[in-house]
Amino acid sequence: MSTVVRAAPVVVSGRPVPLIEKEVLGGLRAAFGAKLLDGKVLRPGHLAVTIDRDDLIPVCTYLQKTIGFEHLSCITAVDWKDRFDCTYHIENYYNGCMVQVTAHIPYDDPKIKSLTGLWNAANYHEREAWDLMGIEFEGHPNLERILLPQDFKFHPLRKDFAQEVDRQYITRRKLRGGK
Amino acid sequence: MPEFWINMGPQHPMTHGLWNMKVKVDGETITDAKPEIGYLHRGYEKIMEVREFQKNVVLTDRLCYVSSITWSHAYCLAVEKMMGIETPERGQWIRVISLELQRIASHLMWLASYGPDLGLLTGLLWCLRERELFLDLIQLMSGARMNQNYPRVGGVRNDLPENFEAMCKRSIEHFLEKLENEYPKIFHESKVFRMRTEGVGTLSAVDAINWGVTGPNLRACGVNVDLRRLDPYETYEEIDFEPQIWQDGGVGDSYARFVVRFNELRESCNIIRQALEKMPKTGPYRVKPPRRAEGEGYAKTEDSRGEALFYVIGDGDDRPYRVKIRSPVFCTMAATPILLRGNKLADVVSILGSVDVCVGEMDK
Repeated sequence: MSTVVRAAPVVVSGRPVPLIEKEVLGGLRAAFGAKLLDGKVLRPGHLAVTIDRDDLIPVCTYLQKTIGFEHLSCITAVDWKDRFDCTYHIENYYNGCMVQVTAHIPYDDPKIKSLTGLWNAANYHEREAWDLMGIEFEGHPNLERILLPQDFKFHPLRKDFAQEVDRQYITRRKLRGGK
Repeated sequence: MPEFWINMGPQHPMTHGLWNMKVKVDGETITDAKPEIGYLHRGYEKIMEVREFQKNVVLTDRLCYVSSITWSHAYCLAVEKMMGIETPERGQWIRVISLELQRIASHLMWLASYGPDLGLLTGLLWCLRERELFLDLIQLMSGARMNQNYPRVGGVRNDLPENFEAMCKRSIEHFLEKLENEYPKIFHESKVFRMRTEGVGTLSAVDAINWGVTGPNLRACGVNVDLRRLDPYETYEEIDFEPQIWQDGGVGDSYARFVVRFNELRESCNIIRQALEKMPKTGPYRVKPPRRAEGEGYAKTEDSRGEALFYVIGDGDDRPYRVKIRSPVFCTMAATPILLRGNKLADVVSILGSVDVCVGEMDK
């Protein structure tokens, strides 16, 4: 477990900066251009961008090192049946802005670069995504199951992992003893 | 001396739940640590995919039974962001009051369990005694002491009862008096308590941010981040309150984490008082949400343990396609080896107790 050493952060006001989301989106567009497949403002202080999985490390390095998005909040893996999505919620403690970075992953090759080199927080999140969704994070120091037993064979959050989907309620007829 | 591993858990009074902290010791000194979690994994994210949006509130309540309302509220807020609806103003104020009442109850439960960790049984009795006041208020409001099922997608379940304002003020007044005059005698002014907590389990602000530590544990490192202020939700931006930050030096130890949480108790009382004054006395408290929804939405809130984030995706059905729960304790747990390394084995209890672990939300 290596600790990334950087300058100590100074968070001055702890208050949000208005219109920061447009500035951040403009900066991302200027830096990456066509590599940004989609970019939109969700609500004040929040924006969402979509990228290809090969651009993940450059985009996240830019976010962290250049414009100070220091906090990796969450990593979500989504099974869309024809592809996987890996969504990163990254937050800036200086101005309260949050970026939602979504990377597309092809279904038959569920691999993406690990972010543990940038954020140590990615360690557990990526282990969880591997455990429950079966996405392989290349370069992760210790990619093993975290919530489920080590000898578990499946990735249960995938949509092809069966779950009882019928609505679960008892009819009045059943309660009275009928079928 | 040869180093060897010791299991602290899964059956250990220190754990406050079911998880295992493996520590590697060289004599008395801890050289490495490795948390083992997952004993309480119930597959919530999978179960929530086959239940309707509203029914999931029952599940999110049980993520952390000590702090149910804050978790259900975070889920409801995320679903509202996805559906594009907004709670009426009175509903938002009621939510703020319920959140702060729950935060006080949660912090008191933490303090109650932290006392006996350090051999301070009086702390347990006093904190549980005061917690009853707030559980009574929550019961008055929602009908249940725990697992309230109170927030709804689009508002809250019911309006505040009659005389709630007066009872709330009376309880808070009583509690604040105890908080000012009684509690410091057994915590702040107790030599034993301070010896056990000061200078152990230090965490620098850089490490804390990089490892994703949030909430009171982060503010104990001197970082001015409170999501109620930094990314205001509901009506928090209309309330004048002071995020509690550890001011004396940038390295957060167990004592700093204690002080931050202790001061948050007082600040939450302040917020409730203001909310009772400022809220509109009548009006709708709930809107009817659409049955089906498509799109995605997320919301992050300041849970009593840190940053709670829900990311909900709908595919046009009446059930979510995917729900992601971001638990603050899960991330703090990743940083516990840093907290523990270099300390003595006897301080493990003092350090991990101050982190405020809740296994239900950690293992999902």
